[in-house]
Amino acid sequence: MPITVSMTVNGKAVTGEIEPRTLLVQFIRENLKLTGTHVGCDTSQCGACVVHIDGTSVKSCTTLAVQVDGADVHTIESLADGDTLHPMQEAFRENHGLQCGFCTPGMVMSAVDLVKENPDPSEQEIREWLEGNLCRCTGYHNIVKSIKAGAAAMRG
Amino acid sequence: MNTSQYEAPGSVDEAVALLANAKGNARVLAGGTDLLVQIRMGMADPALIVDIKKISEMTTVTAENGGFRIGAAVSGAELNENAAVKSMWPGIVEAMDLIGSTQIQGRCTLAGNLCNASPAADSVPAMIAADMTCTIAGPNGRREASVGSIATSPGKTSLADGEIVVSLFVPAQNATGGDAYLRFIPRTEMDIAVVGVGVNLTLDGNGVCTAARVSLGAVAPTALLVDDAAKALIGTKVDDAAMDNLAAAASAACNPINDKRGTIEFRTKVAGVIARRTAAIALERARSN
Ligand SMILES: Cc1cc2nc3c(=O)[nH]c(=O)nc-3n(C[C@H](O)[C@H](O)[C@H](O)COP(=O)(O)OP(=O)(O)OC[C@H]3O[C@@H](n4cnc5c(N)ncnc54)[C@H](O)[C@@H]3O)c2cc1C
Ligand code: FES
Ligand code: FES
Repeated sequence: MPITVSMTVNGKAVTGEIEPRTLLVQFIRENLKLTGTHVGCDTSQCGACVVHIDGTSVKSCTTLAVQVDGADVHTIESLADGDTLHPMQEAFRENHGLQCGFCTPGMVMSAVDLVKENPDPSEQEIREWLEGNLCRCTGYHNIVKSIKAGAAAMRG
Repeated sequence: MNTSQYEAPGSVDEAVALLANAKGNARVLAGGTDLLVQIRMGMADPALIVDIKKISEMTTVTAENGGFRIGAAVSGAELNENAAVKSMWPGIVEAMDLIGSTQIQGRCTLAGNLCNASPAADSVPAMIAADMTCTIAGPNGRREASVGSIATSPGKTSLADGEIVVSLFVPAQNATGGDAYLRFIPRTEMDIAVVGVGVNLTLDGNGVCTAARVSLGAVAPTALLVDDAAKALIGTKVDDAAMDNLAAAASAACNPINDKRGTIEFRTKVAGVIARRTAAIALERARSN
């Protein structure tokens, strides 16, 4: 029995007719065609699907779309301003914080949430914060470096 | 996945009525960090999902009889931010905080951890050590039960069809009591406990232990309350000899499985080691209270 959900995604009001079992990540990728949010696992472990719901980072595969009815959702697509990358995205680019790039949207969204809570995180704090984001390529070293640089850039 | 109905009622009575009238199987959704994964893996396929996060009685923490009543839908992150609970029962809050990453913490609940009935659930030994109880609502009204009586075997609970855990109650900590929880995992983060130990103990004015509860997780089909381990501490100053007896009693109580995270022999030995370390932290906390 399809039901209607409405929410704000990246500043735009959106509505969809979905099955109640639809995960938020499916709604974002399949209904809204915002494919920057990735799916890397089926056990809520990898963090490739991290988005912001009402300002905090959440794994969009661990949430039903109907649960966020009325919420304010931001995906990786909301960060850049036209062709100008967000400082955190720019820092990942500058510091080789990605290789294949599959984990990157989730890493960046988690990192932006971290910096909001803690504007100047230490290497240890960054590593701890990233416990819910897995990367199979980089060995994390350059991701940590990127987030340090991105945090500095965001402090301005 | 066949889930065809999702409801987010505003009261416990409505939630109970929805479950009672459900055609086919129905499941309660708290944080969904177990349930949604189980649905995706094909291990659960409820026709109806009842989301409890919109029920105010279930989303608040209130002071009660010197202790706290914790709503079943309160998230790990909210618990961690509650300074009063954290200072009285640091072990419970730390155990809960071990669950998942920050994104999981924003959703997962103590009651979900309990009702999922995993033998390795981290918060359960800490809750048993603190002698916590829960209030359950169902078609026949409300009842109270001890946290230790909920899980009956891996994935199974003593909740009857249509029953919901409404809240969990943690009593006042003794003025000179302290609690702690530690687990052993093969990695440093994000893993399932090979052994988890909750200890809660009280000292008298002379530093002699007058009461203790020791609970082990992940070493038997459900979390255990180990009386012999508590007896090893009671009446002592929690010195080395008492700690040796505690470790031996903890190891003796184990009835674990062999799996990729640890053999029976390893889990049995580590249970003693972790029990000792956990008791040392609880002791330190009791002394400084
Ligand atoms: C990446 C990741 C890491 C994890 N790490 C850990 C870990 O380190 N340690 C650990 O112990 N667990 C871990 N978990 C498992 C899970 O997060 C916890 O068990 C969590 O506490 C479950 O709570 P929830 O609110 O999300 O439960 P839900 O998924 O909402 O519910 C779990 C079960 O309990 C039932 N239920 C929930 N609330 C009630 C209620 N009030 N009354 C009756 N039944 C109810 C549901 O129907 C379901 O069967 C992890 C999970 C993930 C995805
Ligand atoms: S897809 Fe892996 S955590 Fe969501
Ligand atoms: S860059 Fe490939 S998974 Fe992280």
